[in-house]
Amino acid sequence: MKIHEYQAKEILRKHGVATPRGYPCFSVEEAVEAAKRLGGKVWVVKAQIHAGGRGKGGGVKLAKTLDEVKQHASRILGMQLTTYQTGLEGQKVRRLLVEEGADISKELYVGMVVDRGSQRVVLMASREGGVDIEEVAAKSPESIHQVAIDPVKGLDDRDAEDIARKIGVPENGVRQARDFLKALYEAFDETDASLAEINPLIVTGDERVLALDAKMNFDDNALFRHPEIVALRDLDEEDPAEIEASKFDLSYIQLDGNIGCLVNGAGLAMATMDIIKLYGGSPANFLDVGGGASTEKVTEAFKIMLRNPKLDAILVNIFGGIMKCDVIAEGVVAAAREVRLKVPLVVRLEGTNVDRGKKILAESGLPIISGNNMADAAQKVVAAAQGR
Amino acid sequence: MSILIDKDTRVMTQGITGKTGQFHTKMGKEYANGRNCYVAGVTPRKGGQSFEGIPIFETVKEARQASGATVSVIYVPPPFAGAAIDEAAEAGLDLVICITEGIPVRDMIRTRYRMQGGRTILIGPNCPGVITPDEIKIGIMPGHIHKKGPVGVVSRSGTLTYEAVGQLMELGLGQSTCVGIGGDPVNGLKHVDVLKRFNDDPRTEAVVMVGEIGGTDEEEAARWVKQNMRKPVVGFIAGVTAPPGKRMGHAGAIISGGKGTAAEKLAVMEECGIKVTRNPAEMGKLLKSVLR
Repeated sequence: MKIHEYQAKEILRKHGVATPRGYPCFSVEEAVEAAKRLGGKVWVVKAQIHAGGRGKGGGVKLAKTLDEVKQHASRILGMQLTTYQTGLEGQKVRRLLVEEGADISKELYVGMVVDRGSQRVVLMASREGGVDIEEVAAKSPESIHQVAIDPVKGLDDRDAEDIARKIGVPENGVRQARDFLKALYEAFDETDASLAEINPLIVTGDERVLALDAKMNFDDNALFRHPEIVALRDLDEEDPAEIEASKFDLSYIQLDGNIGCLVNGAGLAMATMDIIKLYGGSPANFLDVGGGASTEKVTEAFKIMLRNPKLDAILVNIFGGIMKCDVIAEGVVAAAREVRLKVPLVVRLEGTNVDRGKKILAESGLPIISGNNMADAAQKVVAAAQGR
Repeated sequence: MSILIDKDTRVMTQGITGKTGQFHTKMGKEYANGRNCYVAGVTPRKGGQSFEGIPIFETVKEARQASGATVSVIYVPPPFAGAAIDEAAEAGLDLVICITEGIPVRDMIRTRYRMQGGRTILIGPNCPGVITPDEIKIGIMPGHIHKKGPVGVVSRSGTLTYEAVGQLMELGLGQSTCVGIGGDPVNGLKHVDVLKRFNDDPRTEAVVMVGEIGGTDEEEAARWVKQNMRKPVVGFIAGVTAPPGKRMGHAGAIISGGKGTAAEKLAVMEECGIKVTRNPAEMGKLLKSVLR
């Protein structure tokens, strides 16, 4: 699960991570009010959307007067902000963060992620902050320092100080940077985060480090024990189809193509997308109905796929194990009837009770195209989508 | 021969009184030598009861002492599954197969930390389990699609493994053992660990390795194959069409930081002498072409 920058900063502050002072705002008036409350002479007005790259897209502006705060806030609130992470249509800005301006002498990078290799949380840091870390990793991988964190002892004092020095924190600021990094790990660990990124981490004129930006993602599997994190969810930032799917415990991701896929199992679902592409088609979605799909679940899955106006055909690819093919077949027939399916439907069934499943499809009277195996089904659905 | 489990394996089910645990213990018991293999169950506060004639114990330790089981399979719900693995490891079992999907990563990091230096091997979590066809089935895969034979199968995904097995069977090729290592980022055996065992198993003549996007496990396995593997390996990687930053169902299946793409994995595998296909419908055919 993703949250906004201002929410991440609130969590971090609670754990003792230094951040600039700031307030979330939902209107222009609130933005001006926030600036007044903050005082000072410089403010930053920041669009709050879940995507990165907001500055480049015009979503982060510096203001030197309250008038400028007002101007920037009115321009940014409600804009369609396009960044490299939003797609071409962009994301509508509904929330702002107004912060005090910071005195920046250096911009650095720190991040924490779960590393599969070491099976630990890894702290990554670089002296190149404020830029895309993936670019840094590609251009100068030697400038990225890493340390795997002991899950019982937490981040070691010496490791933290060592990292701080390596990324160019001045000697006077090393101890404060150490405490900053330790607090960051504590926040990460206690909230079951899957990612925490401070980019940039700044060194101020008085040699302190401060989280100028903050991004946190959380492990979906751990949300059951974090109602306080779940409460931060912003549905406006999520794809409506994906929200609808998650209500029915379906894993759905919308893609750019025109062939809907309904599959059981994540690996087989990806492979189904791949084979459609291989035969010259383009998948409209990833959709894993999971291990225990009922008729109701399959019907909902059809409805969700059909919300996509680009859809020209559907491929159902089921390898029944626990899930019996006759149950799936009944679900497909019921769903096709209920939604009055107008696009061609190709179904490939394999596994437990496959013969009964095929019989149900054949006797349904619906124009269902049967795929004999994965390749045959993929070729048929690609042809059907092209109107052949 | 086979790897990890065979007809002489004695297994206990942790979480035997839950709906999933019951169903799959019954299926396992009905498969091949399962009647003799499934000897115990564990559910706290239900010790002394039994399920389908299988005695239930309070703890793994008790179950082990009473039944002689050295392997466990876990169907415990996600909030408690990490602790269930810990308990099995503390009881000194040889092998723990954790089927449970949805365990928090933080729990798995701690569990894997505690398992360091111990003797217990973990498979999973979030995996279909392990089957040595016509001998024993531990997990949720459909037993009837398999038969004994010379091909080893290792995969991160469930139904895609069944797909690979189905294609092998179309060509009359049985399997020595099929291992589902699971789709989570922090887990037990990796591809490379399973390949090492297939390499040492006299009955395995060739291996199908099915991977997916995310991480670098397949690359590490491929490098090991190049140096050490005496048997042909063929591979497929799911997720060529997956966009970066989007989690494809499995917690581990995500392209992040520009790493873990299917194209990268396929390139490294090919460099290391693994025959790969980009067509998931041709895994069986490819394996047949390398079988000596």
